[in-house]
This record gives sequence, structure tokens and C-alpha cells, in this order.
Amino acid sequence: MATMSMVQAINSALDITMERDQNVLCLGEDVGYFGGVFRCTAGLQEKYGQHRVLDTPIAEAGIIAAAIGMGVNGLRPVAEIQFADYIYPAFDQIVSELARLRYRSGGEFFAPVTVRAPCGGGIRGGQTHSQSPEGIFTHVCGLKVIMPSNPYDAKGLLISSIEDDDPIIFFEPKRCYNGPFYGDPHQQAVSWAGHPKGEVPEVYYTIPIGEAAIVRPGSEVTVLTYGTMVHVAEAAIEKSGIDAELIDLRTLLPLDIDAIVESLQKTHRCVVIHEATRTSGYGAELIADIQEECFWFLEAPIVRVTGWDTPYPHAFEWHYFPGQERIIEAMKSTLET
Amino acid sequence: MTDQYQSKLVIPEAPFRPGDKPDYSFMSLPSPNESIKPDCMADPAEMKDLAYGMVRVLDDDQHAQGAWDPQLSIEKLQAALEYMVKTRIYDDRMFRMQRQGKLSFYIKCLGEEAIAVGQAMALQFGDMLFSTYRQQGLLFVRDRGLVDMMCSCLSNSKDNQKGRQLPTLYSWKEGNYFSVSGNLATQFSQAVGWAMASAYKGEDHIASAWVGEGSSAEADVYHALLFSAAYRAPVLLNVVNNQWAISTPQNMASGGTTFAARGLGFNLPSIRVDGNDLLAVYAVTEWAAKRARSGGGPTFIELFTYRAEAHSSSDDPNAYRAKDEWQSWPLGDPVERLKIHLIERQQWSEEQQEELEANLTKKISQAWKEAESFGTLEDGPHWPLESMFDDVFKDIPPHLRRQRRKLEM
Repeated sequence: MATMSMVQAINSALDITMERDQNVLCLGEDVGYFGGVFRCTAGLQEKYGQHRVLDTPIAEAGIIAAAIGMGVNGLRPVAEIQFADYIYPAFDQIVSELARLRYRSGGEFFAPVTVRAPCGGGIRGGQTHSQSPEGIFTHVCGLKVIMPSNPYDAKGLLISSIEDDDPIIFFEPKRCYNGPFYGDPHQQAVSWAGHPKGEVPEVYYTIPIGEAAIVRPGSEVTVLTYGTMVHVAEAAIEKSGIDAELIDLRTLLPLDIDAIVESLQKTHRCVVIHEATRTSGYGAELIADIQEECFWFLEAPIVRVTGWDTPYPHAFEWHYFPGQERIIEAMKSTLET
Repeated sequence: MTDQYQSKLVIPEAPFRPGDKPDYSFMSLPSPNESIKPDCMADPAEMKDLAYGMVRVLDDDQHAQGAWDPQLSIEKLQAALEYMVKTRIYDDRMFRMQRQGKLSFYIKCLGEEAIAVGQAMALQFGDMLFSTYRQQGLLFVRDRGLVDMMCSCLSNSKDNQKGRQLPTLYSWKEGNYFSVSGNLATQFSQAVGWAMASAYKGEDHIASAWVGEGSSAEADVYHALLFSAAYRAPVLLNVVNNQWAISTPQNMASGGTTFAARGLGFNLPSIRVDGNDLLAVYAVTEWAAKRARSGGGPTFIELFTYRAEAHSSSDDPNAYRAKDEWQSWPLGDPVERLKIHLIERQQWSEEQQEELEANLTKKISQAWKEAESFGTLEDGPHWPLESMFDDVFKDIPPHLRRQRRKLEM
């Protein structure tokens, strides 16, 4: 077992899949010679050659279209979109093409493309380097949407994604690339060393797509979240002394609704957290699903903690970010009912 | 204010609109002898004239002339004529079936038959075709079954796309014909990715993609041009300039020059060809395919033609186009031109033409009856209802299984 950051875990997943399967290749802006602006593809071009780790022009729609064509021709491309905020030029290629190719062709054609995109804020990235657009993609039928929160899951889920025959949008919470983030920017940054999920096997392993993980068992309230917010929620729970059950969804679509229902049967209360904006966000879908399945044993309204419905503000980043206090307040409000 | 106000904004205008008498005498058409034919691996800088001129083989009397004459055998020429006539009769029949309410929608390619037929004949079967909805001739050259095509248009129980696509948006994996999206131009840049994969794997298959001149305005076209140029992908990038994007004239997207000229900025061989001249279409495609297969990368081809019919079954061109534009089109009718060429060479006759048309009409009628026996859009039978949830993903995830159960209840 080695200690890996999320960047190293992702790099390891790419390395292993490329080693195992000649058809796996990476493409994206600055991924080749330089190894990616976040270093996720560092060393891969050197090892596998320019034709397997392709630097591309700055054209996200072109990157995804090329990946689709490659996928149709038998390859398993892993396309990096440098920041999730830059994914929108490729929106049509993802939504109208990648997601629907298998369906529209009656199952004749498909493109097993994995789209990797660093997402989320808390890095002083302003409104163009901080977004969490996962809810936009869970709304699109035909895409699987994943957001790991730690190195161990990132590696196992990325390998599963690359091997999967469906298109995958794989969001990487970049605030946690180099260490878990507990929501307090004034606290000294910590690395993944010493965190149980920073212990990552160097060998091949997978984590099934569509399975949530219980981070912390509890009895009073179920807290549902994913990505960076898993760690913020964990710290908030600890600070509050509330015996909350924390579930890391890991895969947003297909959703592990069974794990959620099981937890709520125990706690009867629920808080949903995401960093993305609130209105029509993924949390709204979660809550709708939960009330359909759990209404008769809920004892309090489900509460959402999210980013505000504003663009991510540069100066007010920490007022925007749904930190520990807001999470504690939300958990308390469900318990008071 | 309205009296004095003079807008400085320039709006591209159609040469003719309803009420005008079409006259294309302003269009200069080079003779077949004017176009040079470079070596297929030549530097694009040495052939810039081809982007502004027009490669032609058949002259005004339909004699084959010039450096680009592909010297096709009589059998090939007769086969090409047959494919073109088949396309035309098929289109005519399907359009009438749309008018009778049997199909929800239809798109004809009248006047453009030489493009798909000539290009498909010049390509190899293993080459991947990224077609639009107006290259149905590709399928005839590759011998896609008539009944299969009709079943696709009918969205019936034998539709290989399981009733999910509009008529004319075919898919045929076995025939290396990529699923037509319906969103414009998206396939253009995907074809480049396909070609990159072919080169990556060290294979000899190339890709060929089509786009209309109107949708050449989409950004995907620039991505295709740049990515293919950057990675020297073995792909043919074809812009079919049929003069009209529904009601909007070609100059809305041309910037006042040829479409082929756009390829020059990407350092691609860029060739404008008479799209109504089967021999010229064949010759240019053959040249570009050889270049791609030899490692020379992409070629950008503008196929200059005229959309003789409405855009689709949903619009009436009389509302935006002058009457008789097609009749005035200086490059004529591709079927007539090839027919006359063969007749002039005493390799065909009007009688043979009539017989061919009668035979194909009969075949297509028979195929239609058979296709209908597998169901129609309105009355079925269709694919089983539960198949609606298949193929969203490879395996049906739990939430879709729940939804399927609800539908069945």
C-alpha cells in the first residue's frame, strides 16, 4: 500500500489502464508533454508516447468529438477538460452525441468515452475555475456521472469508468486533489498522508459504479453528499456532536437509492449537501427521490445546504462555500422538528 | 427619422427570390481543361487555385475532358447511373408516402445524386461514412437493403434503430455507415476522431464526412479542419454546397468566397468540384482518398450543386425561392448529364433508361409493400414498448427499470 494524493491516484488509474489495454489513450489541453495543469497525466506521455497521450488544440467540443470518433472506432479515450468550467463548449457533443449515440442507433454504435474534469471551488479560482456543474449532466439521459471524494475511490472508480462501455462524466473535486479539505481555509492544509483513504494499492482494483459508501455510521440524521463536501460534512458532524450517518454518494447517476433508503429507515431525517448552486441542483433531485421512497417514515423536512444561487464570487468565496456552520445549523434544524 | 435613416449593416442577399427570373450568367464556369491535377501527395500551397476554380470532367456537351477524367469503365459508369436513378426513384416514392401520411417526415436529395454515388464508389467498403441526411446514395452504393431503409423510415418492428429516429437519419454499422444524428455538423469532427483512431491503430481505413454549406457555419467544422490538419488524420471533409440552407442562401455562410477556400487557412488541399458531374466527383474523391491512405492526411472538398427540392417535407420553397431556379442551374441535372455522356459514347440508350427506371420503380414498389408488412409508424407493429428503455445505457440501471415497470402498469 502506498500513500497517494488524489492526483497520484488518478495518474495511477490512467497508467494501469493504459498498460493493460492498448486501446486506452488520453487527450486534452496540456495533458501530454506537460502532464496536465494539475499533473494528473504527468509522466504518461514519456512512458506511452505522444500518440497515446495527446496534447490537443484549445477546443473542448473538438476534443469530445474526436474522443467520440475514436470510441466508435474501438478505442477507449479518456478526455480531460482542463476545468469543469470549460466543459460548456463541448455541451452539444456530450449531450446530443455522446450520451445518445447508443440509443439513437438502436444499439449499433457506442463510444466508451470517459470525460475527466476538475471541479469545485475553494481555490481562489473565481467564477471560471470553481464551478460544480454535475447537476447539468445528471439531467442528461445516457451519461453516468461520478464524483469521488478521496484518492482510493478516485482510482477504483476511474478504472471502472474507463472499462465501462457507457459514457462517463468523471468530476474531480480539485480542492481535495492534494489533501482532504474540511471547510476552514484558515486551517493549515493537510495532505492525504495519514488519511485512511489516502492509502491506495499500487495495483489494479475497481470500485463498482453506482454504489454509495457510508463514511460514518450514525442514528440521528442522514447526511448525503459527495466530493469535497464529504470532508466538510465529516468535520461538521464531529464538531456538532450529532450522531449523523454520513453517506458519500460517489456515483450520482445511477444513484444508489437503496443505500439512502436504508439509512433513512434508521434516522428518519436527512440533510443534503452540495457545493453547486441550489436551484434545480442535484440536491433537488435527491430530495424528490427520497420523499417518494421515504415520505411515510420521515420525521422532518429534508434540508439542503448548497452554494448560493450566484456565480462563484472571487472575493466572497468563503461566504459562498457551504461550510461547517451551515451544515451544523441544517442538521440541528432537522433534529428540532 | 425612418425617411432619412440609412442602415450601414450589410445583409447577404439571395441572388433570386420569388418573383425574380433566375439568370446565372454571372457565374463563371471553367472548362474541364482548366483544372490542373496535382500529384496526390503535393503540397497544399501548390494547388490553391483548385479552391477557387472548379474541377470538372464533363463539358457542356457531356464529353469527358481534362486531367481529372477518372477513365472509369463503362460498367462502372452504368452502375453509377443505376445508383443515381435508384436514389431518385426511392426518394420520389418515399416523399409521396410522406404526403400520404405514411411517413412523419422526409428529405430528398434531388439534383445531388452524383455526390453520394460518386464518392461512395471512389471509397472502399471499409471506409467509414459520416453522412448527413442528404447522402442516401451512399447506402445504395453499399447495397443497403431497400426494405431495411424503408423500415427505418417507418420506425416499424424491423427498424434497426428500434423506432428512435426520424426518417432519413439512418444507421448501418455493418455497412460502415455512421448513425446520422440530426443535429447538424456534429459528425464532421467525430469523423476526424475516427480517422485518428484508424491511424493510431495503423489501419488503412479512412473516414469521410459530409456537411451542408449552411451548417459549415457550425464550430464543429472548424474543429474538424484544425484537428484533422494538426494530426494529419486520414479523412475527407466534404461540404455540399447546394446553395440553400432551408430559406437562407449560401452566401450567409460563405463570407463571399468559395467554401473550399476555407480549407486553405488550415493548410489543407482544398478543392471545389462540380457536384453534378459524377466523373469529377469520383475523380476528386479518389484523389483525396489516395492521399489520405498514403499518409497525406485530410482533404477539404466543396461539392458545388443545387438543392432541387425543398429542404424537407416540412417546407415550401415557393415561399423563399424563385420559380425555375433548378431549370436555370448552369450545371444541369447530374442524372441527365451522365445519361447523355453514356448515350454519346453509344453505351446507353433512352430505351435502356426507360427500362431501368421501370425496373427500379417496380423493385421499390415491391420493397415498400414488404416494408409495410413489418408495420407503419401510426399503426405498428413497432418494437416492443419496453424496448424504449434499452440502449440508454449498455445495461438498464435500477432507475430505468423502475420507470419501465411504471410504464407497464
